Amino acid sequence: MNARNLLLGIVAAALIALPFVYRQPYHLHVMVLILIWSFAYTSWSVMGRFGLVSLGHGGFMGVGAYVTALLWNHLGVSPWIGIPLALLAAGALALVVAYPCFRFRIIGHYFALVTLALSGIVLQVITATRDQTGGSLGYTPERTKGSLLVALQFDDKETWYLIALAVWAAGLVIWYWVDRSMMRYAMEAISEDEDAAAAAGINVTAEKLKITLLSAVMTALAGALYCQYQMFISPDTVSGISVSLQMVFAAVVGGIYVALGPTVGAIITIMLAEGLRIGFGTQAVGWDNLIYGVLLVLFIIFLPKGILGSLLERMRAPGKS
Amino acid sequence: MLKLDAVAAGYGTFQALFGTTLDVNAGEAVGVIGPNGAGKTTLMRVISGMIRPWSGAISMEGVDVLAEAPHRIIELGIAHVPENRRLFPRLTVEGNLRMGAFTPSARAKFAHRLEFVFDLFPRMKERRNQLAGTLSGGEQQMCAIGRALMSDPKLLLLDEPSAGLAPVVVQQVFELVQRIRSGGLTVLIVEQNVQQVLRVVDRAYLLEAGNIRASGASAELLASDTIKQAYLGV
Repeated sequence: MNARNLLLGIVAAALIALPFVYRQPYHLHVMVLILIWSFAYTSWSVMGRFGLVSLGHGGFMGVGAYVTALLWNHLGVSPWIGIPLALLAAGALALVVAYPCFRFRIIGHYFALVTLALSGIVLQVITATRDQTGGSLGYTPERTKGSLLVALQFDDKETWYLIALAVWAAGLVIWYWVDRSMMRYAMEAISEDEDAAAAAGINVTAEKLKITLLSAVMTALAGALYCQYQMFISPDTVSGISVSLQMVFAAVVGGIYVALGPTVGAIITIMLAEGLRIGFGTQAVGWDNLIYGVLLVLFIIFLPKGILGSLLERMRAPGKS
Repeated sequence: MLKLDAVAAGYGTFQALFGTTLDVNAGEAVGVIGPNGAGKTTLMRVISGMIRPWSGAISMEGVDVLAEAPHRIIELGIAHVPENRRLFPRLTVEGNLRMGAFTPSARAKFAHRLEFVFDLFPRMKERRNQLAGTLSGGEQQMCAIGRALMSDPKLLLLDEPSAGLAPVVVQQVFELVQRIRSGGLTVLIVEQNVQQVLRVVDRAYLLEAGNIRASGASAELLASDTIKQAYLGV
């Protein structure tokens, strides 16, 4: 076992042991949120790092959350079945939106605009079907009495912390897996020159679809998880444009080219949101979006590799600036 | 080896090729010459599947090329070096070469092919970790040809390999083409640099406004009056 694996083992053990040693509920709550959102941002960066900038991932997250909750409330379908169905629905939605885009080579800014419309449409659908979804007032999955595994409802924060930790770790594993695969080479080639990539024998449309599906399904899982944990979802918190933009912001700020970049982004966004909420209360509603916007511009100009990406680069090449 | 039969193609409502028929035999080097806008690049793109012809037939060693999906055509042994090289500028030289061996069958031979390409272009071996976008024009052309050779093709399509290069580098590129074909590879090369290309190829077609106007052995074409007047300026 080398030093790297040893370190990884120690960090993993510490993260798993944490809720059993440290039981402050508010801090655990913030950590669960950070883990869930880290996973969502990681999901975004799986495709975002290849120049496929989606401003519609809030839509996938919303589908994940709402389909799971609606199936549970209206049809009594356990989230254990509901979540896979929600992931399928998000995958189907991704396919419907992305296939025409890729087939007809809607790329760059135009792709971003199409996805922006997607998150708007999902938001509108949720609001318009308010009789079923609660509309903009939000929606609550029916509570069971106490913790129930079948309903995926747990009263204690420790269980949720461990679930979120496992999913977050799985997200990182997927990130690494993509990073090591031929898919990464194919996507890097495609992001530079689609024609040349096609001439090299890459099925451009199929490769882009694969990565988009993966990213969308992962994001939907984040939405479902968020729903089961918070037991309250509203279009503003799990779908809509602000959620989509928040994903882009957090991933870019943390660093989209390094595995833990989106996690760093999540720590920053969640701390910022919580800080504003506690410090200024209802006065500060919407401030976080303003701050995100300003920071996003600054980061894209001055630190395009994000905080973690730039930091790691400095550490690897101490001689160069 | 490669046969095109009455291929018509274009973009939108604009027609670039009007029933082009040509064939390339195994082991041959064949040139397609002609002025700007004659349809030369379109011809290359149609063969490698980057655009679909409106009508006509294309076959490679008896296999119907048009029945294959574009990304599968490379598996028939056709490798395309696109116009303006089209490297992946932010990938390293080795990364670009790796992309050339993307298909599963080529991936299996990757190490072997890499050695082959590095033998052919020692410069590429020196620069394997350099970003392709920072190479000189001539080196980029070598890298683009190397990338195409990574798939172990039978037929190499070269689209204007001399474009944008200094005269001395153009010379090197044509010497290279000579070396590649002496290794047994079949080459179809599109060029505006008529004098140079006719020295390298066995036969050539003259393409004008989407139609084949003349064809024949290089020596014949070099001697023909029309070509002399129109393209060689003598």
